[in-house]
Amino acid sequence: MEWKLAGDRPIWLQLKEQITQRILTGVYPMGSRLPTVRDLAAEAGVNPNTMQRALAELENDGLAVTNRTAGRLVTTDVSVVEKVRDALASKCIMTFYEGMAQLGYDWTEAGRKLEEAKEDVQ
Amino acid sequence: MSNELVHIANLNKNYSVVKALDDVSLDLEPGHIIGLLGPNGSGKTTLIKILNGLLRPDSGTVVIDGEAPGPHTKSVVSYLPDRPYFADWMKIGNIFDLFEDFYTDFDRPRAEYMCQTLHIPIDMKMKNMSKGTKEKSQLILTMSRKAKLYLLDEPIAGVDPAARDFIMDTILSNYNPEGSVLISTHLISDIEQVLDQAVFIRNGHVILHDSTDNIREREGKSVDELFREMFRMTY
Repeated sequence: MEWKLAGDRPIWLQLKEQITQRILTGVYPMGSRLPTVRDLAAEAGVNPNTMQRALAELENDGLAVTNRTAGRLVTTDVSVVEKVRDALASKCIMTFYEGMAQLGYDWTEAGRKLEEAKEDVQ
Repeated sequence: MSNELVHIANLNKNYSVVKALDDVSLDLEPGHIIGLLGPNGSGKTTLIKILNGLLRPDSGTVVIDGEAPGPHTKSVVSYLPDRPYFADWMKIGNIFDLFEDFYTDFDRPRAEYMCQTLHIPIDMKMKNMSKGTKEKSQLILTMSRKAKLYLLDEPIAGVDPAARDFIMDTILSNYNPEGSVLISTHLISDIEQVLDQAVFIRNGHVILHDSTDNIREREGKSVDELFREMFRMTY
């Protein structure tokens, strides 16, 4: 998985989003140990302080926990992960409906379009 | 004293009638990679040369690791000059010998390893090196010291993009929380992600010193874009 960083938003925020994605999709499984700040920073080609901040924010969200002996681990708390997944899903859905609204679809019509698309794919 | 690595106060330097540095004050903490960003002739090289003791300021204070530039600061500062300074007849291996004599913090195995990675033969003479290879050799020497402060004057100007990536990797893998790296350049987009602080310098004045993420958050644009905007040439 590649790191994709745009210049116009804080790098730490983008790093945090991408690590979150990796946790949600199981690239970093629950309860597993995260790579060190140094390794992650080198991999992403970013400043270690920036990566440190991203990981600290991840801890704030409860997605990662620092263990005195084992380093930084992905949480084992399913409810935390599901909460984050839910929040991101809502955001995704809102983006979809807002986009459809800009094309002149109301919610019901947008929903119908979504169903149609599903049938097309199947 | 606080934990500043570099303390600069009211620094002035004139070249005859030109004011190269005009009342510069700047504090740098350990553990950062800082971009010293300004257009040509803005005072970047002058500031770096004063920090490593090659130039004396007309007035003002410079303190590095608790002392004024001198023998102690030279032992903790590793400097990459804006142009290579080694004699043509020298082989890079000769220069390793020299560095081993001069600097107790020179890590020879590391230097040799980097030469291998970049395919630079240890017995190649400076005379026979291309401009880019010379610059890479110089960078290897600079980064092979375990210094507290690295002063890199235009480290990426003359090398190809692949080598540029290698240089960035080298700087990142060499990073330690007690040391700081000050990189002067005007090629910002290439190194922007590696920087966590930026210092903008114009006509010998420091006009901005902030974390790069603060800049992106506040301005909604990359440091490179902000730089281009602030330093746009007007006719």
